[in-house]
Amino acid sequence: MDSLVLTDVTALTLARIQFAFTVSFHFIFPAFSIGVASYLAVLEGLWLKTGKSLYLDLFKYWLKIFAIAFAMGVVSGIVMSYQFGTNWAVFSDKAGGVIGPLMAYEVLTAFFLEAGFLGVMLFGMKKVGPRLHYAATLMVALGTFISAFWILSVNSWMQTPQGYVVTPDGRLLPGPSWLPIIFNPSFPYRLVHTVIAAYLTTAFVVGAVGAWHLLQDRANLHARKMFSMAMWMAALVAPVQIVAGDMHGLNTLEHQPAKVMAMEGHYQSHPDGAPLYLFGIPDDAKQQLDYAVGVPKVSSLILKHDPNAPLAGLDTIPRDRQPPVEIVFWSFRIMVGLGFLMLGLGLWSLLARWRKRLYDWPMLHRAALLMGPSGFIAVIAGWVTTEVGRQPFTVYGILRTAQSASPLAAPAVAASLAAFVLVYFALFGIGTWYILRLMSHPPHVGERGVASTERAPIRTAGITPGPTQNPGPEVGREPLPGAAG
Amino acid sequence: MAVNVDLTTVWAFIIAFAVFMYVVMDGFDLGIGILFPTFRRGEERSQAMNAIAPVWDGNETWLVLGGGGLFAAFPLAYAVILPAAYPLVIAMLLGLIFRGVAFEFRWRDHRHELFWDFAFFFGSLVAAMTQGMILGALLQGIAVEGRSYAGGWLDWLSPYSLLTGIGVVIGYTLLGASFLAMKVTGRAEEHAYRLAGRAGIGTLALMAAVSLATPFLFRQYWDRWFEWPSVLIVAQVPLLSAILFFALFRSIAKRRRYRPFLISLGIFALGMAGLGISMWPYVVPGALTIWDAAAPERSQVFMLVGVAIIMPIILAYTAWAYWVFRGKVAEEGYH
Repeated sequence: MDSLVLTDVTALTLARIQFAFTVSFHFIFPAFSIGVASYLAVLEGLWLKTGKSLYLDLFKYWLKIFAIAFAMGVVSGIVMSYQFGTNWAVFSDKAGGVIGPLMAYEVLTAFFLEAGFLGVMLFGMKKVGPRLHYAATLMVALGTFISAFWILSVNSWMQTPQGYVVTPDGRLLPGPSWLPIIFNPSFPYRLVHTVIAAYLTTAFVVGAVGAWHLLQDRANLHARKMFSMAMWMAALVAPVQIVAGDMHGLNTLEHQPAKVMAMEGHYQSHPDGAPLYLFGIPDDAKQQLDYAVGVPKVSSLILKHDPNAPLAGLDTIPRDRQPPVEIVFWSFRIMVGLGFLMLGLGLWSLLARWRKRLYDWPMLHRAALLMGPSGFIAVIAGWVTTEVGRQPFTVYGILRTAQSASPLAAPAVAASLAAFVLVYFALFGIGTWYILRLMSHPPHVGERGVASTERAPIRTAGITPGPTQNPGPEVGREPLPGAAG
Repeated sequence: MAVNVDLTTVWAFIIAFAVFMYVVMDGFDLGIGILFPTFRRGEERSQAMNAIAPVWDGNETWLVLGGGGLFAAFPLAYAVILPAAYPLVIAMLLGLIFRGVAFEFRWRDHRHELFWDFAFFFGSLVAAMTQGMILGALLQGIAVEGRSYAGGWLDWLSPYSLLTGIGVVIGYTLLGASFLAMKVTGRAEEHAYRLAGRAGIGTLALMAAVSLATPFLFRQYWDRWFEWPSVLIVAQVPLLSAILFFALFRSIAKRRRYRPFLISLGIFALGMAGLGISMWPYVVPGALTIWDAAAPERSQVFMLVGVAIIMPIILAYTAWAYWVFRGKVAEEGYH
C-alpha cells in the first residue's frame, strides 16, 4: 500500500470540510456572475440597438452589483486554485498531469479575458466609447463561459474519468489524445445543467429585485422591465433545466450508479420496479430508509422509462464504495424541489401576462421575492449531490479521497479552516449586505455608473450618503457577523 | 551549468516569466497598498486607489497562472512546496482577500472607509510579507521524502525567510511608489517621489543583505556565484544592479516621470535572474530538479500549444487596457 496515505482521519475530515466550505462559498459568486455578465451584455446590446436610456439605466444599475460579486468571486477563486496544493497534495501529484493542463487553459483563456476587460467595462465607457465598451462587456461575458467550460471539464473528468493511463506508482497520465479527457462522458450534461443553473439563479435574483420595487411602486418602469425579463427567463428556462437535469441523471445512472442509488435512497435492489421516495430518513449504518414515503414504480419509470424495470440498489455495491446516502438523498430533494418551485413561478408569471396582471399582482411579486435566493440554494444543493455522491473517491473509482490529502497535521488544517470560516462569513457577509443595499434602491432615470464623478472616486456608484439620496427601504435585516454597518 | 533546451526547460522559463509578471505587476498594487496609510485621506488616497482600480484584477491573475502553471507543468513541485509553506500560503490568500474586497467595499461604505483603508493596507502587507517568506523557505530548502513534503509545519520560519519577507515588502513599495509617481498629481506626486527614494535605499540594502546571506545556505549557491571562470558571467548581475540603482536615484532626484518605474522593473528582473542562477536546475533546492517534478511530456506539449497561441493575445489586450487608462489619474475619476 502507498506510504503516502494520510492516516490522520481528523486532518482528512477537516480538509474535506474546508474544501466543501470554500468551494460552496466560492461558487455562489460565479453562479451569479455568469448570469449577470450575460444579462449586462443583453442590456447594453439593447441600449445600443434601440437607443432607449431605460436599458442603459438598468445596465449601470446591475453593473455596480456585478462589480462587487465579481470581486468576491475573484478573491475566493484564488483560494481554490491554491487549495489543491495545500490540502490535496497527493491528489495534485497523482492527477496533476491530467487536470493541471485543463486548469491552466482556464487561466489562459478565461481568467485573463475576464480580468483584462473588466477594467474597461467598469470605468472605460467615456474613454473608449460605447461600441468598444460593448465589446469589452461581451469579452467579460465570454470569459465567464469559457471558465465554466474548463472547470466543469475538470470536475466531470473526476466524476467520469477516461483517456488516461495509470503508472505503476499510481499516477494518472494523459493518454494519446486530450479530446476524450476534455469531452468525458458526463461533461456535456454537467456543462449544460450548470450554465442553465447560473442563468436561472440570476433570473430569480433579478426577478426578486424587480418584484421588490414593484411592491413599492408598481408604476416604476425600470422595475417592470427587470421583472418582465426575469420572468420570461424563468418561464422559458426552468422547464428546459428540468429536462437537462433528467438527462444528466440518466447519464449519471450509466456511469456512477451508486450515486443515483444514494440520490434515490435505494438501499435495496428492486427486481420489478423501484419506488420514488418522496420522504425518508436514510440510515447508512442499518442500510435502510426509515419512515419511507414512496410512489411505487415511478423511480423505474423516470430512470428506465419502464415502470417494471429492475433497478439495482446499494446492496450490490460494497460498503467501502458507497457514498453517504444521508447527505445525497436530501441535497438532491432540495435541488429538485426548488426546480419545480421555479417552474411553478414561471408558469404563474405566464398566467399573469395572459391576464395582463404581471405588474399588479402583489401575491406573485411576494412569491418572486421569496424565490430570490432559490437559485443559490439549488446550485449548492446540486453540487453537494454530485460531489458527495462521488465519494469515497476524488477521481471516481480510481483514487480514494482518503489517499488524496496532504500529509498535514490536524491543528494546521483546523486553524486554517477556522480562519477561512471567520473571514468568509464576515467579508462576504458584508459584501452581500452592500449588494442588498444597492438592490434596495430603485434604478433611477439617468442612473449613475461606476465611473461616477459625484464623490470623486471612480466607483462611488452614487450611493454615498447625502441629501440627494433616498435612503430606501431596509433590506437585509439579518445581523451580520462583524458587520458594524 | 549547462542549460539543455528541452520541453521542461521551456516550461521552467514560462513559470519563471509568469512569476516575474506577477511580482512586478501585482507588486506595484501591493506596494501601493502598503504605502496607502502614508497618503492623506480623501483626494490623495482616492488617486492612489484609482491608479490601479482598473488593472489590479488582471495583475492578480498572473498569480493564478503561476500557481496553475506550477500545478500543470510541475505537479510534484506544487504538491511539495504548498504543504511546506502551508501557513504562509493560507495567510497570503487571506491577505489577498482583504486587499481585493477593499477595492470594491471602500466606495460603498463611507462610514467605514477607514476600516477598508486599513484592510487594503494590512492585506497588502501580509500578502507581500508571506510571498517573500515563501521565497525564503524555498531557497533554504524543503525536506522531501518519496513524493511528498516531510518536514514540520514551522520549518519555513527562519531568520533568512524573515529577511526575504521584509525584502519583498520593501521591494514592492519601490514598485508602488515609482508607479504612483507616474500616475498621480499634486502633493501626492511629490510624496510618491519621496517614498520612491526611501524605498530605493531600502531595496538596495535588503537586496544586498539577501545576496550576501544566500550563498551560505547551499554549497551549490556558493559555487554558482564564486566559481572561476563562471564568476565573470554571474558577476554582471550585481554590477548591473549597482548601475541601475545609481540610475534610479538620479531619475528620482530629477523627478523623471517614467524612468524610476522602468528602472525598478529592471532591478526586479536582475533579482529574478540572480534567483535563477542560484536555483537552476532545481525547482525545490536540494530536493527536486525541474525534471524530477515535471509533468508528463503530453501534458507539457498540450499546454505549450496554448501558451504559444494565447499568451501573445493576453499580452496584447492587457497592454491595450493599460493604454486605455494611460496618463495621470484625476481625482474626479476618468473623463
